[in-house]
Amino acid sequence: MSNALKTAAVAGALAAALTAQFAPAANAAGQEKCYGVSMAGKNDCAAGPGTTCAGTSTVDYQGNAFKLVDAGTCMSIELPAMMDGTMRKGSLTALERDLPMKG
Amino acid sequence: MFDHPTHLPAGPGVGFKPQHYADILAHPGPVQWLEIHAENYMGDGGRPLAMLRHLAERFAISVHGVGLSIGGEGPLDPAHLARLKHLCDWLHPASFSEHLAWSTHGAEFLNDLLPLPYTAATLARVCDHIDQVQEVLGRRMLLENPSSYLRFAASTWEEPEFLSEIARRTGCGLLLDVNNVFVSATNLGTNPRAYIDAYRTDLVGEIHLGGFDEDADDVGAPLLIDSHGRPVADPVWTLLEYALAQTGPKPILIEWDNDVPDWPVLAAEAARAAERMPA
Amino acid sequence: MTRQTTFHDALRDAGRPVPPGLLDRWGNSAGKRFDVYRNNVTLSLIEALRDGFPATAALLGEANFWAIARGFVADHAPKSPLMFLYGDAFSAYLTRVRPLAHLGYLPDVAALEWQMRLAYHAADASPVTADRLTPETLLSARFGFAPAVRLMRSDWPVAAIRAYALGDGPAPTGGAQSVLITRPEYDPVLTVLAEPQAALMEALMTGQTLTDALQPDADLPAFLTLILQQNALISLISEDE
Repeated sequence: MSNALKTAAVAGALAAALTAQFAPAANAAGQEKCYGVSMAGKNDCAAGPGTTCAGTSTVDYQGNAFKLVDAGTCMSIELPAMMDGTMRKGSLTALERDLPMKG
Repeated sequence: MFDHPTHLPAGPGVGFKPQHYADILAHPGPVQWLEIHAENYMGDGGRPLAMLRHLAERFAISVHGVGLSIGGEGPLDPAHLARLKHLCDWLHPASFSEHLAWSTHGAEFLNDLLPLPYTAATLARVCDHIDQVQEVLGRRMLLENPSSYLRFAASTWEEPEFLSEIARRTGCGLLLDVNNVFVSATNLGTNPRAYIDAYRTDLVGEIHLGGFDEDADDVGAPLLIDSHGRPVADPVWTLLEYALAQTGPKPILIEWDNDVPDWPVLAAEAARAAERMPA
Repeated sequence: MTRQTTFHDALRDAGRPVPPGLLDRWGNSAGKRFDVYRNNVTLSLIEALRDGFPATAALLGEANFWAIARGFVADHAPKSPLMFLYGDAFSAYLTRVRPLAHLGYLPDVAALEWQMRLAYHAADASPVTADRLTPETLLSARFGFAPAVRLMRSDWPVAAIRAYALGDGPAPTGGAQSVLITRPEYDPVLTVLAEPQAALMEALMTGQTLTDALQPDADLPAFLTLILQQNALISLISEDE
């Protein structure tokens, strides 16, 4: 692409962009996305409920012992073979990810 | 710009939650002021700071720190102190308060208000840290009484006297959390009215109220948890009336941090506080 | 060992005994009362992760997410008292969890959620002024983007998976996605870029000029419209300035 072509392309694109800029955008700022809860800060001075939940037993979680229970949205996602867009070699990548758990 | 109130009004306030933003502006009801947790407003920009800037035009704001670790054995984190100063210099809050607790160990932040033994060593350390905070921020701070689930064999001071001595040495004011008094007294088998009798109520700049959960310890004794996840309990309202008789009218905050209700429920809780304000 | 070190170590490892000198109301060892603090720390950190990674949590389901978050929390205490910065290592952690190896997209979904959170808290910036928008300047200047702007290149349809997980889109079927995160005002916006536009954005973000970065296959009108509409472009820095 020559510089003259680029200048022409940019001039045209800029004209289009400046026109479009004043049209309502699909995701304009006015739309409240209600991110307040998921992205807001999590500091507070409250205690958690009671003594019997997560903190009270040793963490028995082990990467090797842990089994996914059949729950969650991921169980309903089936990306078609060759459609996951990757160069992954399936089992090879799985092996690379199969690192021992820290600690 | 607008004038920055230098004192919280002696009326009801609530802990601000982002999901209540529009409702607070449209229907503040009895709510006269708002409290924020300082650490949630230490980002570089975006909606949190924009909301806060807008709210500060309508309401007196109290900045309540939960991450300074004033009782920590190590030095105060200078970066965190600088962030606090930056926030206070920008916002000009009507009040700044923190806790008699620790929450940082080495490089780890533990995200809880952890207890302290009331000893000469703790007293010296906490006073040093409060001196440093007040010097850096250029303002008097309020120190809040904790909720306790256990006590230290090493303690040589009772908590109200310990807080009084900190205030005497540093010139700081006190934040009286009436729910914490009730929770601690129940958990430790002490008398909550005697606690308030021993408290320097003349130094109280703000009162906190919140709801607790009920649990039991190993031997079945009641163990109240300071969960801020439900309405203020009846005996805590009664204890508030007892405290207000000594303090006179004060800013009273409703803290509701877990299972946060819709705005009308929180505003109604603030109205219950307003009804108890002495004339 | 200091008192707080002993307290801390017992707090973080429930296999350790309750530290000495902590008592209940009768002067006996604090026992279960110490567990209140253990629980507060662990639970509050797990809940911060669940709130901050809602799509990752939905993909895994409640029980799975809890178990994995507990493992993360045990290994990664926050390094800062700013809890909105907790979870930066979560995506990398997920790549090391062996039972998740067949869900190759999961770390990328977590990474996208993390980048959106950073964008949400990023500094405000004013968009570039109209007088700077000339073809000559655009071609020769380096592009300055708003602090909220991020480009995420994924081998997976990561934006589609996130939307599906949050009940905000159909089941994903496509391939790799490059996602531009912008924040036109206060809410992060995700835009999936076609590969030529993603390559162009990547080059511009690394400081190349448009003259150097522009390839014939890029849809320049669409690209410029997007970055201007989303208030992503905040300055054009000329060499001679």
